[in-house]
Amino acid sequence: MESQEDLVPTIVVEPPSVLRWRTMVAVPLAAAFAFGVHMLIAKSEAPLETHSYRLLFAEIIGVSIVLALLRRFSPGLRRWMANMWPIFTAAIVILCVWDVITLGFRILPLPYFPGPSAVLRSLINDRFLLLDSTWHSLVLLLSGYGLGIIAGLISGVCIGWSAPIRYWGMPILKVVGPIPATAWIPLALVVSPSAIVSSAALIALAVWFPVTMLTASGISNTRAAYLDVARTLGAGPRYLIFRVAIPAAVPNIFIGLFMGLGASFLTLVVAESVGVKSGLGWYVSWAQGWAEYGKVFAALIIMAAFFSTIMTLLFKVRDRVLVWQKGVIKW
Amino acid sequence: MVAVAEIEAASLVVRDVKKSFPAPENPLSRRQVLDGISFSLSPGELVSLVGPSGCGKSTLLRLIAGLDSIDEGDLLVGSARITAPNAERGLVFQDPNLFPWLTVRRNIQAGLVARGLLHEKKQEVDQFMRLVGLETFANVYPHHLSGGMAQRAALARALINHPKVLLLDEPLGALDAFTRMRMQDEVLRLWQARRTTMLLVTHDIDEAIYMSDRIMIMTPRPGRIERTIDVTLSRPRQRDSADFLRLRSDILNFLHFAGTS
Repeated sequence: MESQEDLVPTIVVEPPSVLRWRTMVAVPLAAAFAFGVHMLIAKSEAPLETHSYRLLFAEIIGVSIVLALLRRFSPGLRRWMANMWPIFTAAIVILCVWDVITLGFRILPLPYFPGPSAVLRSLINDRFLLLDSTWHSLVLLLSGYGLGIIAGLISGVCIGWSAPIRYWGMPILKVVGPIPATAWIPLALVVSPSAIVSSAALIALAVWFPVTMLTASGISNTRAAYLDVARTLGAGPRYLIFRVAIPAAVPNIFIGLFMGLGASFLTLVVAESVGVKSGLGWYVSWAQGWAEYGKVFAALIIMAAFFSTIMTLLFKVRDRVLVWQKGVIKW
Repeated sequence: MVAVAEIEAASLVVRDVKKSFPAPENPLSRRQVLDGISFSLSPGELVSLVGPSGCGKSTLLRLIAGLDSIDEGDLLVGSARITAPNAERGLVFQDPNLFPWLTVRRNIQAGLVARGLLHEKKQEVDQFMRLVGLETFANVYPHHLSGGMAQRAALARALINHPKVLLLDEPLGALDAFTRMRMQDEVLRLWQARRTTMLLVTHDIDEAIYMSDRIMIMTPRPGRIERTIDVTLSRPRQRDSADFLRLRSDILNFLHFAGTS
């Protein structure tokens, strides 16, 4: 038996196993530098305004020193630091540059581009409303996404498997599917009295199209030989659909799920800023209405963390479900 | 070892079978692929079908498996007419076609799952994995198997249904010469243990002589069985015995592939 390492060319860049001291001190040094720069340019600011930002850097310096001391006890920590420290350093440097451009030289117009310290303050001051908005967005996103997946899988399997359904279903899919879900918003708000329900339906619609398309093509591209083998093993239509065609289509289905997830983020934010009176999209347009751009940026940061976490979770699910592909294709 | 006990094998009767497909160059005309094929296999017989590519061997196997329907003639297993695929007729292809999303164990038990018999016949899965020597690979995905191992898994997957007839479509064609000879013994061992009626399609004449009770030679356009040769050599056969080699040159001569000497 050949091991998969022999078969798959390895082009993954391995993180260095040893943690160089240069890498190790980069984070506290960068943080100290950013801290110093901030002290210089924020002299004229009210101390209360920038207090938490300074505290943040103090914490970064403290934690990175503690981790540097702890590293010898844990190889896992060493590997993680060797891998992540350059990224963290770069992030701190970017914060510093942002600070200099906005607060330092006031190159970007206010109030549209507040400095990082003001954004951090908004983040902290408004944390309860932000948390609440995130929660509402999560509920709306998951209900719409879930609904869209269920509908997309059902219609995708039907269209992919049955020729008559493909004949009638494909034209509908091709005509209706490419319309961006957000284009339906004016209609959706009229049809349904509840903005939440109509937004969930719009998100579902946005997800439904790519999931249906990719599921249908995955099902109809099932290798005929797999179906022939299953038939000679005594398989009926149920086995052929659920145990052969659908598993064979799963790699395709996941592509649809990823495309649908991207579409659902977009639709969620637009729907929230137009109709729904809660959620992160609503928060952004509400904060913009008050010209509180610190809050706008705070919400964008939360969105980035929120959406990328969900994306990462979907990747993890895929890795679990498609473990049989490992070594067959390059991940 | 799996118990041989009950008579599982059945006879296979092919009577005047005809099959045509639309001609690829002109969709309005049809091309006769099989033109009046007739033969029969007694229960427990191992018969080979040899012939050049395109003579309709694989088409014939698909018809017997029930994957395609015949134009004319009769196809019978025992006394039952073949109309659709059925677990009593197993089919093993040149490509093992293991389901890549299932482990070896789950591949082998697929037939039991498909027929809703997994619960009552669970212990047979282990027997068949042992029969083909894959018990230590139960939880491995097919991608990690070598060609020979994958084909053994495919054989076990077909055999677990206790087919009355096993159809083999160049099952060893993709293997290297050494693995192929080992697998020939393996298939013979399975055949002797289970006495399943086997119809083996191959274009390896040595393989046909080494394995079968009878060899049917097919010629193409349209596909016909031109000659049937009984192989009376005693088993186990020697690949280099004089009788073996004489039979081999007979067949090569018949197919016009012998040297000039």
